[in-house]
Amino acid sequence: MAHGSETNQLTEPEFVAGNGLLHRRALLGRGIVFAGAVSTGLGAVTAAAAEPLSDAPWSLNVGTPIPAYQTPSRFEAHVVRTRDNPDNVPRNSRARTPHQMLKGIITPNGLHFTICHGGVPDIDPAQHRLVIHGLVRRPLVYTVEALDRYPMVSRIGFVECGGNSAPLFSNQPIQADVQALHGLTSCSEWTGVLLSTLLEETGIDPKAKWMIAEGADSPHLSRSVPVAKGLDDAMIAMYQNGERIQPGQGYPMRLWLPGYEGNMNVKYLRRIKLTEEPAMSYYESRTYSQILPNGKAYRFYFLQEVKSFISSPSPGLKLKEPGYYEITGVAYSGTGRIAKVMVSADGGKSWGEAALQAPILPKAFTRFRMPWRWNGGPAILQSRAWDEGGNAQPTRAQFVALRGETTKPPAVTDFPSQHFNAITSWAVDAKGDLRHVYA
Amino acid sequence: MSMRKVALCSAVLFALTVGALAAETPNLGKPIDPKDIAPWDISIMPDGTGLPPGSGTPAQGAPIFAQKCAACHGDKGTGGIAASVTAGPSRATLDGGKTIANFWPYATTVFDFIRRAMPYNRPHSLTDQEVYALTAYLLSLNNLIGPNDVMNAQTLPKVKMPNRDNFIIRFPERI
Repeated sequence: MAHGSETNQLTEPEFVAGNGLLHRRALLGRGIVFAGAVSTGLGAVTAAAAEPLSDAPWSLNVGTPIPAYQTPSRFEAHVVRTRDNPDNVPRNSRARTPHQMLKGIITPNGLHFTICHGGVPDIDPAQHRLVIHGLVRRPLVYTVEALDRYPMVSRIGFVECGGNSAPLFSNQPIQADVQALHGLTSCSEWTGVLLSTLLEETGIDPKAKWMIAEGADSPHLSRSVPVAKGLDDAMIAMYQNGERIQPGQGYPMRLWLPGYEGNMNVKYLRRIKLTEEPAMSYYESRTYSQILPNGKAYRFYFLQEVKSFISSPSPGLKLKEPGYYEITGVAYSGTGRIAKVMVSADGGKSWGEAALQAPILPKAFTRFRMPWRWNGGPAILQSRAWDEGGNAQPTRAQFVALRGETTKPPAVTDFPSQHFNAITSWAVDAKGDLRHVYA
Repeated sequence: MSMRKVALCSAVLFALTVGALAAETPNLGKPIDPKDIAPWDISIMPDGTGLPPGSGTPAQGAPIFAQKCAACHGDKGTGGIAASVTAGPSRATLDGGKTIANFWPYATTVFDFIRRAMPYNRPHSLTDQEVYALTAYLLSLNNLIGPNDVMNAQTLPKVKMPNRDNFIIRFPERI
C-alpha cells in the first residue's frame, strides 16, 4: 500500500443501501473496493504480509495420467448432491443440487437435481421407443437413432421441482442450508428435437387440447400437458450440456417444458397421447394440487413463478472476518427473462440493485452479484427478483397470506405444498455464522 | 397461447399434413397400428375411457392387499414405510392428510395409479381383475363405496368423490 494515498483519492466506497451494500458499479473494475477499505477504516482487517513463496510437491513431480472422463479434483469431493434415499427403499428418492458451492448459471451434469419415483431405470437406447398417438392423423413410433437425425435446437433453461423450497411453508424457519431448502432446481443447456416438429409429422386433430406424456420408468409416470405448450416451446431433450442426457435426467430422452413444474417434464419419455381431456393422473390430481387456506386447492399450476435466492453467503458458509464479500445467487422465472434483482442486508429495510451477469436468458438461471462490506455486526440478507413481465417475487408474508403455512414445523424433507417462490432470508450473526430466518 | 390460437395452429397443422405431407421434416417415424400400441396405452380417463373388462369387490381386494400391499402401506392400509391409504382426517391441510376420500377428485385415478405403478417393487404384475378388487378395497376403506359394491368399467367412474368440485384452475389461460 505504498501508493495508498494516491489510489485512495480515486474513489470512496459508494454505499447504495443499509448495512454495507455497495453500488454494483464496484464490480465493474473501478477499484474502489480494496482501495477504499484502508482509507475509510470500514474493513476491520489490516492486510498482514503474505508468507514467502515456495514450491509444493505437485510443482516438483510429474502428475497422474489424464483420465478418459475427468471428474473434479479430490479436494472438491464435498461438492456433491445430498440424497434422501441412498438405500433405494420402496419410496421416492431425491438428490439435491449444492447451490452454495456453485457460482455460474449452468449446473454441472453430475450435480443436477434428480427425483425418481421408482429408482433410476437402466434404459438401452437401442430398444427405447417414443410413440405419439391418440388424436393425431397417423400414430408414429420413433427410435433414438431416428430422432438423432432430426433438426435440433439448443436452449439454456431451468428445471425446478414444483416442491422445491417446500420447507419454507413451515410456520417456523427450518434450520437447513440452501441445498436442503432450494436444491430441487437446476439449469442446463438442453438439446433436442422440438415437439412441434414431430407433431407436424403425426398431424393434430383439432379436437386435441391435451397430451398425456408417459415415461418408461417402473411407475410409468404420467402427466397431462396442454397441447398449447407442446406447440409453443416443448422439446424432446436428448442432450444435456452437450453430452447425452444423464440417467437421472431421463436418459435417453425427456420432455422439457421450459418454465413448467419439474414433474411435468416427463423423463424416460416413451409415449405421448393426444386427447380432448386431461387424464387426471395421480400426480396432477393429487400430489401437485396445492391446498389453500380456504380448503380449496389449486389444480394445473404448471408455472414456476419468478424467484431468487442467495447461494453465497448462506448457512454453512461462515464469514471468517469483516470486510468485502460478494453476495450472489440465482434468479429465474417460468414466464421469461429476469429484469431486476434487488438485495437487502438489513432484512428488507433498504435495497440495492444487484448486477445481473450476462447472458440473461428467458426461463433460465440468471446469476446476480452484489458487492457488500460486512461490518462484523448482525445482518439479514435477502434477494428479490422481478421478471420482464413485471411479476415480482413476493415477500414471505404476502405469499403465506395467500397460500398458507403449516401449524408445526415439518421435516425438512417433507412437502407441505408446492410452488413456493417467496423471499428467503439469511441472518448473519457477529461470529459470521448464517442461519435461515423469516424477516 | 390462447385457445383460439391453439385451435388455429392445430387446424393449420392438420391441414398441412393431410395435404402435402410435411415436406421439410425428416419423416423417420414409423407408422404403427393402434392395436400394437395397446400394451402401452394404459391411461384411464376420468369418464372411464380406457378401463379394461373385469370387476372386483372390496372383499376380493382385502386378501390381495394383505399379501401384496400391506408390507409398505400397513395392515388394512393404516400406513407403514409408505403412506396410509385409509380415510384419515376429514380435511387435508398443509400439515398433511391428503386421502382418497378427502382429496382425490376421480376414482378412476385409483385404478390408473395402481395398475401403472404398484406394487412398487413389481409394477404391472397385477391382473386387471386384481386391480379392480384393490381399487374397490381402497374405496371401501375410504367409505366411498359399500362392502359389497362391484367396481367395473361402468361403476368406477360413477363413484361420487366428495372433493371433486373443490379445485381451482391456477392459470386457465395456459390451457
